[in-house]
Amino acid sequence: MNPRLFPLAATIGIFLLACLICVIQFPYMLSTRVVGNLLTDNAYLGIVAVGMTVVILSGGIDLSVGSVIAFSGVFIAVMLRDTGLHPIIVFALLLVVSTSFGAGMGWLIHALAMPPFIVTLAGMFLARGAAYMLTIDSVPINHVFYDLLDDAYVLMPGKGRLTLIGVVMLLTVAVGMIVTHRTRFGASVFALGGGEAAARLMGVKVGRTTVLIYAFSGLMAGLSGIVFSVYTSSGYPLATVGTELTAIAAVVIGGTLLTGGAGFVFGTLIGVLTMGLIQTYIVFDGSLSSWWTKIIIGLLLLAFILLQKGLLRVTVSKAGA
Amino acid sequence: MKNLLATTAFLTFGASAALAQTVGFSQIGSESGWRAAETTLTKQQAEERGITLKFSDAQQKQENQIAAIRSFIAQGVDAILLAPVVATGWDSVLEEAKEAEIPVVLLDRRLDSDDSLYLTAVGSDLVHEGEVAGKWLVDQASGEECRVVELQGTTGSSPAIDRKTGFEKGIAGADNIEIVRSQTGDFTRAQGKEVMESFLQAENGGKDICALYAHNDDMAVGAIQAIKEAGLKPGEDILIVSIDAVPDIFQAMSAGEANATVELTPNMAGPAFDALEAYLADGTEPAKFIQTESKLYTQADDPAGEYERRKDLGY
Repeated sequence: MNPRLFPLAATIGIFLLACLICVIQFPYMLSTRVVGNLLTDNAYLGIVAVGMTVVILSGGIDLSVGSVIAFSGVFIAVMLRDTGLHPIIVFALLLVVSTSFGAGMGWLIHALAMPPFIVTLAGMFLARGAAYMLTIDSVPINHVFYDLLDDAYVLMPGKGRLTLIGVVMLLTVAVGMIVTHRTRFGASVFALGGGEAAARLMGVKVGRTTVLIYAFSGLMAGLSGIVFSVYTSSGYPLATVGTELTAIAAVVIGGTLLTGGAGFVFGTLIGVLTMGLIQTYIVFDGSLSSWWTKIIIGLLLLAFILLQKGLLRVTVSKAGA
Repeated sequence: MKNLLATTAFLTFGASAALAQTVGFSQIGSESGWRAAETTLTKQQAEERGITLKFSDAQQKQENQIAAIRSFIAQGVDAILLAPVVATGWDSVLEEAKEAEIPVVLLDRRLDSDDSLYLTAVGSDLVHEGEVAGKWLVDQASGEECRVVELQGTTGSSPAIDRKTGFEKGIAGADNIEIVRSQTGDFTRAQGKEVMESFLQAENGGKDICALYAHNDDMAVGAIQAIKEAGLKPGEDILIVSIDAVPDIFQAMSAGEANATVELTPNMAGPAFDALEAYLADGTEPAKFIQTESKLYTQADDPAGEYERRKDLGY
């Protein structure tokens, strides 16, 4: 087997193992309700994690996404409250804003040769601040179109709901897989993750690619914000604090190399579901402190980083031999 | 394959749901001592009644609370207690609970959602708390001239607004009582002390102040310190009444340094379980809002004993 597939295999293995443990302890967990919940409750995270995967594959990081999601929710709620625009138009406007915001950060990162960490950290504060500028309250969304989106689900056998936002998440992952693994842009992302100098030699337009990468992440954060606003039917400037870190964790648990250059969008989906599964397990148990979610995720992260280091050593010694 | 497994799971799930009394509790977090006490008391109450409590701490995040409620529904609990972190955004998950015929009881905070989506809300009436404190002072002053200073909670917060309104309501009609100074102490001990110091300076070293009304006990405890440092006797030279009934104020009361406190009971779960039991037994619909008692404690109510009873609740 290709050593590049090891992390993905480990991710899937851990997920299956986690499923097994859950089902042995709580047989109800194998219901379509839980499956539906996993997709619905993690829809916003899954979408934003697709963007994060692309960013991390390129060797970068995007800390702004949690704030952008909160900004998006508030933007939508305030626009719907104060203007007569249809939600679809508001969504389009928002996606333009969030994508341009991402593109702007990408441009700064490239043009000023600044570390993505710093630029997107500034973006994080900016977006959160902008959300507060719009409102400090949680603003409910009462629009017939939102009721429609909310009620859009397929009832699976066993009363589980396959919701629209869950499906949007799965579709986004599919699109992310195509973009990353089947397009020229995707190839450039991987090349960039392998090293900028090498990428340049390979003929990758580094500037253009960087701008596109962060624009894509911004687009995903905006879409995630839309999904989150449907999920909660409101906009709240304090929402999704720290979601960027959860997304990064999902990407790493999904088997993507934190230094860039190797990984799979599909792995990220499994990473997100694994984290959702841990959370569900803890709620099902009902006596464990919910901080255990964080502890287990921390341990998983550590395990994956060690795995990656180990793999790196294997590949290097193979190349040497 | 998945479908088959899911169906089997659903069958087992359907069969065992009615066996035990299981209640899920989605708590906001543990941001304050009061909330920690609420969690402890909810667990105690559940244990006393033989209810299996599934507890989930949301770490201040609504998304965690929604996910937890969905998991409770999937698990087929008999009822759900929810202390919501924000007022908006609960409609769809509450609708799911309603469709699954799982009653939801709100604890301590209210929602913007339609009230058909939950069974009832248990909470304290903040205005009433202030009113109880005000009425106590009216009785205590018994017609004599009384200049009151007020330590407000965080500016703009609903407890600060409501407790102020309530107190004013309580002293309305008693012309001998007048609020002469009122400033925010931000609900904290340190701010309570600082603001009290400036009150004392402004009011002739404190000699013109007859009573202090603090929107919470923590600020009162800070103010007591300031009064002592100014060389006056808190509880005698200046009467002290505050709200919350945390353990430390009982300690001050048993030392004679505070006079009265109005309890914001952390036992929201007791009335909630009572309402649920009646509802699950024969479908009795409770009122949409169950007001907890705002009990007044004074030095005569065994403050030392109250302190002992409360100190291990996690405040």
